[in-house]
Amino acid sequence: MAYLRSVPRVWREREIKYRLIGGACRSCGRRFYPYRQTCPACGSEEVERVKLPETGTVEVFTVVRSPPSEFAEQAPYVVALVRLDDGTLVPAQITDVDPGEVYEGMRVEAALRRYRTQGERGIIEYGIKFRPLIQ
Amino acid sequence: MRRVFIAGVGATRVDEHWDKSLRDLMRESSLKAIQDSGLSKKDIEAIYVGNMSSGFLQGQEHLGSLLATWIGVPGVAAAKVEAACASGGAALHQAYLAVRSGVYDCVLVVGVEKMTDAYTGDVTDALVMAEDQEYVAFTGLSFVALNAFVYRYYMKKYGVRQEDIAYFAVHDHKYAVNNPLAQYPRPITLDEVMKSPLVADPIHLLESAPIGDGSAALVLCSEEKLKALGKDVHLEIAGSAVATDVFSLHERADPTTLLATVKAARKAFSMASIEPKDVDVLEVHDAFTVLGVIHLEDMGFAKKGEGWRLLKEGQLEKDGDLPTNTMGGLKARGHPVGATGIYQVYEITLQLRGEAGKNQVPDPEVGVAQNVGGVGGTVAVHVVRRVR
Repeated sequence: MAYLRSVPRVWREREIKYRLIGGACRSCGRRFYPYRQTCPACGSEEVERVKLPETGTVEVFTVVRSPPSEFAEQAPYVVALVRLDDGTLVPAQITDVDPGEVYEGMRVEAALRRYRTQGERGIIEYGIKFRPLIQ
Repeated sequence: MRRVFIAGVGATRVDEHWDKSLRDLMRESSLKAIQDSGLSKKDIEAIYVGNMSSGFLQGQEHLGSLLATWIGVPGVAAAKVEAACASGGAALHQAYLAVRSGVYDCVLVVGVEKMTDAYTGDVTDALVMAEDQEYVAFTGLSFVALNAFVYRYYMKKYGVRQEDIAYFAVHDHKYAVNNPLAQYPRPITLDEVMKSPLVADPIHLLESAPIGDGSAALVLCSEEKLKALGKDVHLEIAGSAVATDVFSLHERADPTTLLATVKAARKAFSMASIEPKDVDVLEVHDAFTVLGVIHLEDMGFAKKGEGWRLLKEGQLEKDGDLPTNTMGGLKARGHPVGATGIYQVYEITLQLRGEAGKNQVPDPEVGVAQNVGGVGGTVAVHVVRRVR
């Protein structure tokens, strides 16, 4: 699969993915992830790059039991939409917790983790997952 | 601009077609549609093929030219149209524009998907390509998981019981029984649905459209061409609209409404000068039970949070106020993704012609088909009207 054999594809997204960089629209005030130059809500080009907060709350989640093939070894795993503390919604896996212990409203924090591997000889793709926040 | 008519329709059964290839399927439906129209191959001036994943699942692209050659009309204009699961509806929209504009008198539009050549995990890969590969699919989210989020949001926001939503699957299966082209022509019970395994909670296996192979085709033509055929029943595409929404679910303001449905339905209804109450037979894209309910609301047939009432009160039955998915819907007719939008219009055509057999709705005049790509990133809505 060509899309799983590309080093530059992973490299060029490194900042947005590893540092959780989003956009803040100067026109309509919307904040969003990932960053891009155009606001998806109002179309404005006046978008500021922002480092999104690393803590948030699990808003909805599910347990993936029938995974895409490159995630087969990880199933079952929890995927969620996490509402970051600035209001931005981010899709991510929830990690370091038993799937049965995840709940809506759970406080979580970002952690850099492995997502998938580009075949036996390809590079390993990392990204932000969320783990339970220890208060 | 010229009026656009459906001159002929054809489809294969939706099934695990181990003995048939992608090209066999689209060839079969195309030739059936041409034969049904009374026109000949030589009348076809352009071909639009709706397909989502042939490149990924078969390693085959360039389906327009491929089909033109395999049905023996090389030389015509042809192209593949892709908009995830709305590929069929989007291709139909292009075919409609081609005739409406006056450029062509007669075009063939075909939807096709061959899914069972691949392992289930690879099909899961293909389907999630409807979402953002870099930032959403990357996390291991499956397409079912995205719809599971919608389901959770919907039940939280409106306090609807899952049983009242899951009943959509029972409804679909009831009607598939009498559809000779349905993938699962057998009834199921609500208890079976609710006890079936979870794919991504709260979505059960029997709340999800199956994986299958199939192809459906329509021949569209201008009024002049149609008159030459001397048919009794004239079916006009009275409205054709495609709309998009913010691509990724997590960036939308309200995940329980598909704004692309709202927009496409309003536009198509306005083109046809109809209101929701004028619809006699409806096909909605219920890839998952909860989406069926949401579509009824977004198209204006029910208030938000109350779509399930139409199901429960029997209004979606063939003798109800809004006969819906009368040939089995995505759940039981099947959902060969790029073909689904064409199957829907194929079924509307059977209803409007009075050829729906035991599932026939009493004397319908206006049919509507709603076809969704991704979780509403694209929606196509078509209105077909019987003209005497």
